[in-house]
Amino acid sequence: MSSTTHRMRRIAGVLIAGALIAGVSACAAGDGGSAAPESIGPEGVDDGSTLTLWTRAPLEKQANLLVDAYNETHENQVELTVVPNDDYVAKVGAAAGSNGLPDLFAADIVYVPNWVEQGLFQDITTNIDGFDFKDEINPGHLSAGTLDDKEYVLPFVLDLSMMFWNKELFAEAGLDPEVGPANLEEFAEAAKAIQALNKPDTYGTATGLNCGGCLVFTWFPSVWADGEEVLSDDGTESLLASDTAKDIYSTWKDLWDSGAVLPSSQDEAGPTWTAGFTEGKVGLMFYPATLLSSTPFDAGVAGIPGPEGGASTFVGGDGIGISKDSEKAAQAWNFLNWMMSEDAQVGVLAKNKDVVSRADLSNNEYSDQDPRLVTINEVAANGDTPVAINFQQAFNAPNSPWLTLVRNAVLGDGASVDADNDEITAVLSQ
Amino acid sequence: MTALAPPIEKEAPPAKRRRRRAPQGGALSGWLYATPTALFVLLLFVLPLILVLQMSGSDWPLLGGNQGWNFPENYQDAVTNRFFTDSVVFTLKYTVLTTVILLALALGLGLLVQESSRWKGLLRTSFLIPSALGLASASLLFYVLYSPIAGPFADLMATWGFTFLGTPDGALWSTIFLIVWRYAGFYMLLMLVGLQGIPDDVYEAARIDGASRGQIFRSITIPLLRPTLALTTVLCVTGSLLAFEQFYILTKGGPDNSTITIVQLIYSVAFQGPNDLGVAGALSVIVLLALVVINIAQIRAFGKKAED
Repeated sequence: MSSTTHRMRRIAGVLIAGALIAGVSACAAGDGGSAAPESIGPEGVDDGSTLTLWTRAPLEKQANLLVDAYNETHENQVELTVVPNDDYVAKVGAAAGSNGLPDLFAADIVYVPNWVEQGLFQDITTNIDGFDFKDEINPGHLSAGTLDDKEYVLPFVLDLSMMFWNKELFAEAGLDPEVGPANLEEFAEAAKAIQALNKPDTYGTATGLNCGGCLVFTWFPSVWADGEEVLSDDGTESLLASDTAKDIYSTWKDLWDSGAVLPSSQDEAGPTWTAGFTEGKVGLMFYPATLLSSTPFDAGVAGIPGPEGGASTFVGGDGIGISKDSEKAAQAWNFLNWMMSEDAQVGVLAKNKDVVSRADLSNNEYSDQDPRLVTINEVAANGDTPVAINFQQAFNAPNSPWLTLVRNAVLGDGASVDADNDEITAVLSQ
Repeated sequence: MTALAPPIEKEAPPAKRRRRRAPQGGALSGWLYATPTALFVLLLFVLPLILVLQMSGSDWPLLGGNQGWNFPENYQDAVTNRFFTDSVVFTLKYTVLTTVILLALALGLGLLVQESSRWKGLLRTSFLIPSALGLASASLLFYVLYSPIAGPFADLMATWGFTFLGTPDGALWSTIFLIVWRYAGFYMLLMLVGLQGIPDDVYEAARIDGASRGQIFRSITIPLLRPTLALTTVLCVTGSLLAFEQFYILTKGGPDNSTITIVQLIYSVAFQGPNDLGVAGALSVIVLLALVVINIAQIRAFGKKAED
């Protein structure tokens, strides 16, 4: 304890928040004691405090629903700030540097390992272990937020990539609207069939060829569906030059060359990559499941197939944790505790046709009404979340080597996949 | 100080102490007058500059804060960044193109609206209006205009099978067009001020001597406009070397990393990927030094010509 008081004395003069972190980290460094978690308690505190929460724009709808439902039923009030996707890392970085992080903040799950390592979140192991449904929480998100056996992050909103198809366009093209393509080849054939309708402004498929995040989200599952991996276990080596991966690139190159891909996909950097499908102008595409409730027409849903068939998904979305700067950890935990409850998972997320983050709740009153939700939940169990410290630089950044690889392979001659893949590995292993 | 001291002495002869203090008091009030400016310079220029210098020599991850010295590795990392050479070359290319086009056009517009004509007011206003729009807003406006989905030229682009921002050259020229549209009026205004500062009798004398329009332009307008040309060139070159918003919004450095300017590289190193403020700081210091050298060279060049 003397080290605790020493550390606390050093910091307490600056900020109460600082003292709280010192307490947490001192306990974590010790025998795994529970001074901070005791003060938090399993339910947290609901005393009418105002909490701040940041999230990024793609999950605005879900975040708003959750926050509104919480504010209605609790004394604590959460103030939500939604930040444009591209500016989120910069904003969090600036706040972290000046100790100005909000009480709670969500992070794209692929950034979570890095941010946990940088110490942006408080250790909430004791509280998470206190859940009697802990084993039912989505394991991909939990493991992304775990460092040295300590847990920092819970799943906020799960976003899965699924294959969506427009049933009306399928029927027009003479395809079976009730059964989706079974493998990537059938996917390409379906896209070409819809393109062959020659309807104005209507295209076979679409993607974001200048959007590293979109491509990660929608193309990695094709690799997994074939039983292959995209990264080595430690996340420092890229395996994206495998035969399966090359098959996927050449299928897309063939689709692009045949003109069955929405032309603006070439420069699509992310903001409007799903717009074509949502407007009914695209036959089928790999698409985020969070948009199920925003898709106005009858769409079929299945997992993303690989070249040989199978089905997989990218378990994306955001994890959420209590920031290192929060002085209201107990109140913030109250929100997280409620967020994992059946009230929030079923009463808010499932009601909005979103995927629940607890497996024991995946069959619920809303999924009974919409069998597509059952499909999504089933595929989620086969899904994956890649973990790498340098993920952003290697894949999501606008000048990432992954984008170079895909653009060379699909828009170029496709001869440089191996060299481009080495460049990804070079960035990952920095 | 000495000029001030005697009157004070006269006004207050009995106080010997005050007399001795008088010069100091003058110095004090002088310092007081200078304090607001000095504080601004200190807080908003010197301190950030020192911080950037410290950053450039430190291992400073965006999310982790200062982790101690890392000199000169940051500078090595900065110049060996895989986009460093490309971004320097692109920035210079963009600067040369923009400066030449913008200044030539601004001078032309200035000559056009200089003469009193019926349309003078309308022309001046319409050339100047784009300058009232913020650069970021203007970039967003053009982002939509160039958009192959939402833009008014979407159908045209679909028919012709090309997109404004889809090829490296297309993206560069589309951005230059935006910048010329946005700034031509502003530089026209500067040129106009310079042109109107040239006395009429010089032109009159030239005309009496039988000089042609071309001769008048070459031998009178251009030489007498030199201070204005120097000012606009320095402004335009510096602004173009620091180009960021237009590319950040329109192209994000794409397609295929062909339009990364040096400031954009700094931003992406700091916030989009490596998240390394140390290397970003090192790049900023390199850019700062380059700007100082380039500006000194420009001012010298214009100064020398004026003496010739």
